[in-house]
Amino acid sequence: MSEVKYSKEHEWIKLDGEEATIGITKHATEMLGDIVFAELPEKGSHVDKDGTAGVVESTKAASDVYTPVSGEVIDTNQMIVDDPSKINEDPEESAWFFKLKIKDKKEMDSLMNKEEYEKFSKETSA
Amino acid sequence: MSIKKTSLNNLHIKYGAKLVEFAGYQMPIQYKDGIIQEHKYTRSHSGIFDVSHMGQLFISGGDDLTNDLEKIFPADLKKLKTNQSKYSFLMNNKGGIQDDLIITKTSDGFLIILNAACKYNDYEVIKSKLDNQYKLNLDESLSLIALQGPEAKNVLNKVIPGCDSLKFMNGNNYVYKNEKVYITRSGYTGEDGFEISIKNSDAETFVESFIENGSKLIGLGARDTLRMEAGLCLYGNDLNNDTSPIEANLKWAIPKSRIETEFVGSEVLKNQFQSGVKKLRVGIKPDSKVIARGNTKIYNDKNQEIGKVTSGTFGPSVEHPIAMGYVDNSYSTVNTKIFLEVRGKKIPANICNLPFYKKNYVKGEINV
Repeated sequence: MSEVKYSKEHEWIKLDGEEATIGITKHATEMLGDIVFAELPEKGSHVDKDGTAGVVESTKAASDVYTPVSGEVIDTNQMIVDDPSKINEDPEESAWFFKLKIKDKKEMDSLMNKEEYEKFSKETSA
Repeated sequence: MSIKKTSLNNLHIKYGAKLVEFAGYQMPIQYKDGIIQEHKYTRSHSGIFDVSHMGQLFISGGDDLTNDLEKIFPADLKKLKTNQSKYSFLMNNKGGIQDDLIITKTSDGFLIILNAACKYNDYEVIKSKLDNQYKLNLDESLSLIALQGPEAKNVLNKVIPGCDSLKFMNGNNYVYKNEKVYITRSGYTGEDGFEISIKNSDAETFVESFIENGSKLIGLGARDTLRMEAGLCLYGNDLNNDTSPIEANLKWAIPKSRIETEFVGSEVLKNQFQSGVKKLRVGIKPDSKVIARGNTKIYNDKNQEIGKVTSGTFGPSVEHPIAMGYVDNSYSTVNTKIFLEVRGKKIPANICNLPFYKKNYVKGEINV
């Protein structure tokens, strides 16, 4: 079973060996509302833990997407650029944002597990 | 100051509204369906908007009232027939817009609909300019409900028969549950629609009757995307104390008969009519999917800054990003290529005609 963890910026990350898939959580999409634009990092670029790695915009506002770990961008999801509403429909599966070849597995340690994230998102949205 | 609630607050909560503070009021930004669905429902069916936070200022008393109000507003109030409405402005001496508003002639005076964030200041300004000679009532015992969309007339007619005979920018008195309501055919969405002034205590059952007839509550989020597609200005974004009606491309709202006459700001406007203006409000259509929001800087092809976006979003009905803003007059021609600075990148865009979404008003005897 691959491990899924969550950041305080409402990203999820699924680790499979050295490859991580990153997206935004269902809770994040509920807070954002209808997403109408997505911008992703360039393939081959390097992103640093907690740095910006994309943008999502709803009808109301723009929000940065952060990467929960550092690494090289090895793939991006063109589907969500072409049809950003897919992010609202299926944020934690098919509407992933980008894949990284990660630098340091230890960076995963500071992230939350599902139970911790659910508690965190409940508290912060209250 | 504690946050105010409109008479529909419980209804908003009942229908799952996400509430935000707006101009001192707790208002629904959206309901369960979300902004895009709410926007499209208004365009295809009908939507109900709680706009009770807006000011309803009644002015009455005195034979000179029309004359005195014409010294404040650049509207042709003498020609206004009872129950007819006009879009106008409260300006400062520099010709800048302090508020944009709708003036309706009533049987004993005038009703002016004011923006929520401006209403208390407007009241003081108008009162002092009228030298306290008239009766002014910023009536907070009334709610204001907008019903907008192609089905609005059918829905309203089921609740208050006869309303569908109203012409655009005209109003009249009707009766609901033995109480007087005042209805005008107007709105802020680019659709046919009505605005109903009704006693606070009747507002909830009144709105429920629209819902029973197939209409849905729509939040401020969709109200904003609807008005942007319709090319309409939002005070505080697209209009402010430093922009004149001429710069805002709202020349049509200043009747020719008033240009040579005196009103607050008339000197500046007269000058602008003759000599033109340096900046002008325009429609902007980005080439790509990137959204340019308020305060985005606008550049020409030589990388010189030529203006600023004042409103921008994704237009759910035109299915494309849309914006409006002010540019140097020499770049205001339709199809002029411009560049919008979004997150450090220059995004190509074109000056375009407003509205983005074509109007569907029921025209009466209005000369817009």
